[in-house]
Amino acid sequence: MFSKKIIQTTLLPIALMLVTAQTNAHRAWIKPSETVLSGEENYVTFDAAVSNTLFIPEYVAYRPNSIAAYAPNGNKLTLENVATGKYRSTFDLKLTQTGTYRIASASAGIRAMWRDDEGKRKMWPPRGQSAQGETFETAVPKNAKELRVSYSARRVETFVTLGEPSTESLKPTNKGLELVPVTHPNDLYATESAEFIMLIDGSPAAGAEVEINRGSMRYRNQQQSINLTTDENGNFSVTWPKAGMYFIEVSYEDDKAQAPATKRQGKYSATFEVLPL
Amino acid sequence: MKIGTLFCGFICALATTAVHAKSNLQLEVTIPRLQVAEYHQPYVAVWLENSQRKVTQIAVWYDIEMENGKGEEWLADLRQWWRRGGRKLSFPIDGITGATKGPGMHTVDFDLSKSLNQLPAGKYTLRIEAAREVGGRELLQIPITLPIDNKVLPLTVEGNTELGLVRLSATQ
Repeated sequence: MFSKKIIQTTLLPIALMLVTAQTNAHRAWIKPSETVLSGEENYVTFDAAVSNTLFIPEYVAYRPNSIAAYAPNGNKLTLENVATGKYRSTFDLKLTQTGTYRIASASAGIRAMWRDDEGKRKMWPPRGQSAQGETFETAVPKNAKELRVSYSARRVETFVTLGEPSTESLKPTNKGLELVPVTHPNDLYATESAEFIMLIDGSPAAGAEVEINRGSMRYRNQQQSINLTTDENGNFSVTWPKAGMYFIEVSYEDDKAQAPATKRQGKYSATFEVLPL
Repeated sequence: MKIGTLFCGFICALATTAVHAKSNLQLEVTIPRLQVAEYHQPYVAVWLENSQRKVTQIAVWYDIEMENGKGEEWLADLRQWWRRGGRKLSFPIDGITGATKGPGMHTVDFDLSKSLNQLPAGKYTLRIEAAREVGGRELLQIPITLPIDNKVLPLTVEGNTELGLVRLSATQ
């Protein structure tokens, strides 16, 4: 007979591993209610959350203070009716100009990890926080054990279009990992293919890993992920199997970082709507 | 319902012959009567595409009555048409846009003969798309070759849900 104790001791590490894996897989997303709009002016409402299941808010709300919206002419717009609930944030955007709007949260900076004299793991900036008041120079001991310094950039975004799609707001900032559309992100249709170029600090991001998932994950048994790698020009193309709201995640890493960092990392994610033909 | 549609078709055809005496091409679009709890007249777009998908606009029926162009907010629901040029236009468009229409057969109020005669010879597709509020969407097509040979007429296509019979015919 199995004792309860044996089962518990065997299961606990597995349970912990599962929790860890899930924590790593959490996805931060900004999901528009609609992406292709008509009219003289119109409104789009957005949900922003961090969750595993796309696009169901079930973990934590995405803090809206880092989210910015840009009009087709590049002007920064004010988010309306911003509210944060337990599992999601929500806001509205008024569209008054014809063209494509970018709604994004982007950050980039240096990150350091080391062990202190007692062998404890240290991080700067502290996990989940930004560097407040301190700089890399003052906060990180340069002769610490196992010191690893990396430059990491992160971008979470989505696009919506009123009238004819435009490209002004899609121009890269040449900072961090970015997606440059060959196919416009608000002109995507089921069974058609779309092409995009990934840039890292303005140069082609070759060998970046791309994972594409369709929303409504709760209503199917398999994830049906599409996994791709960018070619030497940073290029990838995807054929959309079905209509739906899609989440695109790209990660890139190399050792071409500027000192004091030795490793450069980029994380990119976007929500794209694919319409039925 | 069938009899009603046929009757209207007959009357409409007569009326159209009188109005468009000079035109010898006629396009009729049937909007079916639907047994639904909440009915709204569909938005309808008709256009012609060449093999390079260059578009000639023929008709757009939408809610033109609403104030401040509010009715334009649902034009994007005509998804294919919106993508194939609708999104480049400003509304209303003289001779193209009109009010939505109820169940029955409607003659497209556009000088097809004149417009088609100006286009280069070749293969084209006539597309008809309908989208209805709290309803569905349907896209039909009729392949045609220009200049049109009257002997192939009438050309017809029949919808299943949001559109009924669509008929391109010659009038004498």
